[in-house]
Amino acid sequence: MKLLVSLAWRSLRNRPVTSLLTVAAVALSITLLLGVEQARRGMRESFTGTIKGTDLVVGARGGTLQLLLGSVFGIGSPTGSVPFDVYEQWSRHPAIRWTVPLAIGDSHRGYRVIGTTPGLFDHWRYRSSGRLTFAQGRVIATAGDVVLGSEVAERLKYQIGTDVTVGHGLNAVAGLGDHEAHPFTVVGILQQTFTPLDRALFVTLDGIEAMHGDEGSAGPGGAPMMPGAAPPPTGTVALPAMPGATAPPVPTNVFQDQPKALSAFLVGTRTRFETLRLQREINQYKPEPLTAVIPGVTLAELWKTLGTIEGGLRLVGALTIVVGLIGMLVALYSSLEARRREMAVLRAVGARPGMIVSLLVLESGLLTLLGCAAGVAITMGGFALAQGAIEANTGVHIAVQPPGALEWIYIAVVLSAGVLVGLVPAWRAYRSSLADGLSPRL
Amino acid sequence: MTATPDAAIAIHDLAFSYGTGPRILDIPGLIVARGSRVFLHGPSGCGKTTLLGLLAGVLHATTGSLRVLDRDLVAMSGAARDAFRAEHIGYVFQQFNLIPYLSAYDNIALPCRLDARRRARLGRVPLHDAIHDIAGQLDISPLLQQQATALSVGQQQRVAAARALLAAPELVICDEPTSSLDTDRRDAFLALLASSVARAKATLLFVSHDASLGERFDHQLSLPALNRAARAEAA
Repeated sequence: MKLLVSLAWRSLRNRPVTSLLTVAAVALSITLLLGVEQARRGMRESFTGTIKGTDLVVGARGGTLQLLLGSVFGIGSPTGSVPFDVYEQWSRHPAIRWTVPLAIGDSHRGYRVIGTTPGLFDHWRYRSSGRLTFAQGRVIATAGDVVLGSEVAERLKYQIGTDVTVGHGLNAVAGLGDHEAHPFTVVGILQQTFTPLDRALFVTLDGIEAMHGDEGSAGPGGAPMMPGAAPPPTGTVALPAMPGATAPPVPTNVFQDQPKALSAFLVGTRTRFETLRLQREINQYKPEPLTAVIPGVTLAELWKTLGTIEGGLRLVGALTIVVGLIGMLVALYSSLEARRREMAVLRAVGARPGMIVSLLVLESGLLTLLGCAAGVAITMGGFALAQGAIEANTGVHIAVQPPGALEWIYIAVVLSAGVLVGLVPAWRAYRSSLADGLSPRL
Repeated sequence: MTATPDAAIAIHDLAFSYGTGPRILDIPGLIVARGSRVFLHGPSGCGKTTLLGLLAGVLHATTGSLRVLDRDLVAMSGAARDAFRAEHIGYVFQQFNLIPYLSAYDNIALPCRLDARRRARLGRVPLHDAIHDIAGQLDISPLLQQQATALSVGQQQRVAAARALLAAPELVICDEPTSSLDTDRRDAFLALLASSVARAKATLLFVSHDASLGERFDHQLSLPALNRAARAEAA
């Protein structure tokens, strides 16, 4: 066997151009197939890992996907506004353990500014129960404080003590509509999380209110107007008491100068069992039309929608592999004619017909193996190189990972197919070696 | 046909055709004694290479009797003929008879590496030593590490002879090995071949269309004279 592998390897090296082109064809096919799979897995893990430990995301009535993407992932705008008193009312619900308000609508040099409370830094989890930690500084405490996501600090080269002026709108251009009267001062910088939080700035609700309070440009209720967002309700909403509500505790995460409306709020329930019931309760809440989504369920809907596209890409990858293998078959088959003398010599010096078959199958197997190895290397190397650009352009962090179980199955299938493809020229070589004897006959 | 223990080759009423094609060979009888050096000649297309293929067990005759080194090749299975050839027969082609992607050393070593019984014929002599020994006899020691494609035709023929003679096979078959050599190199090669075969006490069957070489061998045979199929075609 060692001799045959050595012969196959040297034979391939003797035809470097054909061998390299065949390996390249298989490698590119594998790259496409694995690339789609890695991107799919990476995207799902990135999205799923962004928000852990949050049972519900609640916002104004609207599309569930828009609510989740706009409020958590920084993609698009949230569905509208939730009056602050409605938020306060739900915060006291006995099934709710904690809430974190989110006021989204301003930006700084292309990065989102999120008005929230220090509770965000306590309750937000990402990946496998990862807690937000500070690379420098502390949490927001006053109306003038701002905490930066890691990418914001790195790209803009901001440090503790840097003054930051926030612009109005999610796509604010520097200098246009800046709330210059209320600059913020950087008091903390978060560690990298590989989530959209890295690309956000965090201020207190007081800060949001103070920023918009004087200029009268804020939306009704003081909340920032989001482009395309439905106008938030005006006036005071008469809220019924929450079922089972006890004496109204003052949420520890509510500041004195809170705005009159929010974009959304995150909810952690006391028990997971209550999440579904609470979701139904919020969605059926009459005084204020609200939408509550379970992040995992909504993401599953997103994956279902994207499944068709992924399937199409997989099909393209599979077809590319078929093309690559046919190319290898053509290369091996067409070289056989020139190698009939070689086969005759091998037979004359003692090679059995089975050895001739094995040699050809080993050659195709080696070509496929090299193609697969190169494909895996190109895929992983490509993602490692493109990781930053993908994250910068799409906000999705795709971790470079070795092939998973499904990818190994793909590779095994391709390797098997490569060996099977080698059987075709091998069979012909076998027949030729028997018919030719020691002198190839044309 | 009765067994002939002293015969290296014994043929009786041997016939062969490729598939359903016309009969190529039809030999009523031929005996080649062990240790003899036989020259077989005939024009191109008279069936010389086909006969060698049958003698080497690569082609299989179904009609008649063919015994080589006292083994019945007609009765043998394909696998048994392959094993027999690997162990007992050395073969030299007319040209391009080296594996192009191997060095001269690896080409010479190939029969012993492909077949353990051929390797066992070396006894306690290491393969490396045996290769250097035969390379020294054929004056190709400096060429051993060169790629086969880097060798001249004459050098390739000597490497091919070394490969055929390694581990002293009982029967050495040469299929027009001098056809592409000039006169000086041809004579030198024939002298080397003769001395090497004599040293190994092997039987030599040398095939060529050049009848003038015949006087250098113990016996001369004309295949058209032996082959009834060729005679019938000529008639």
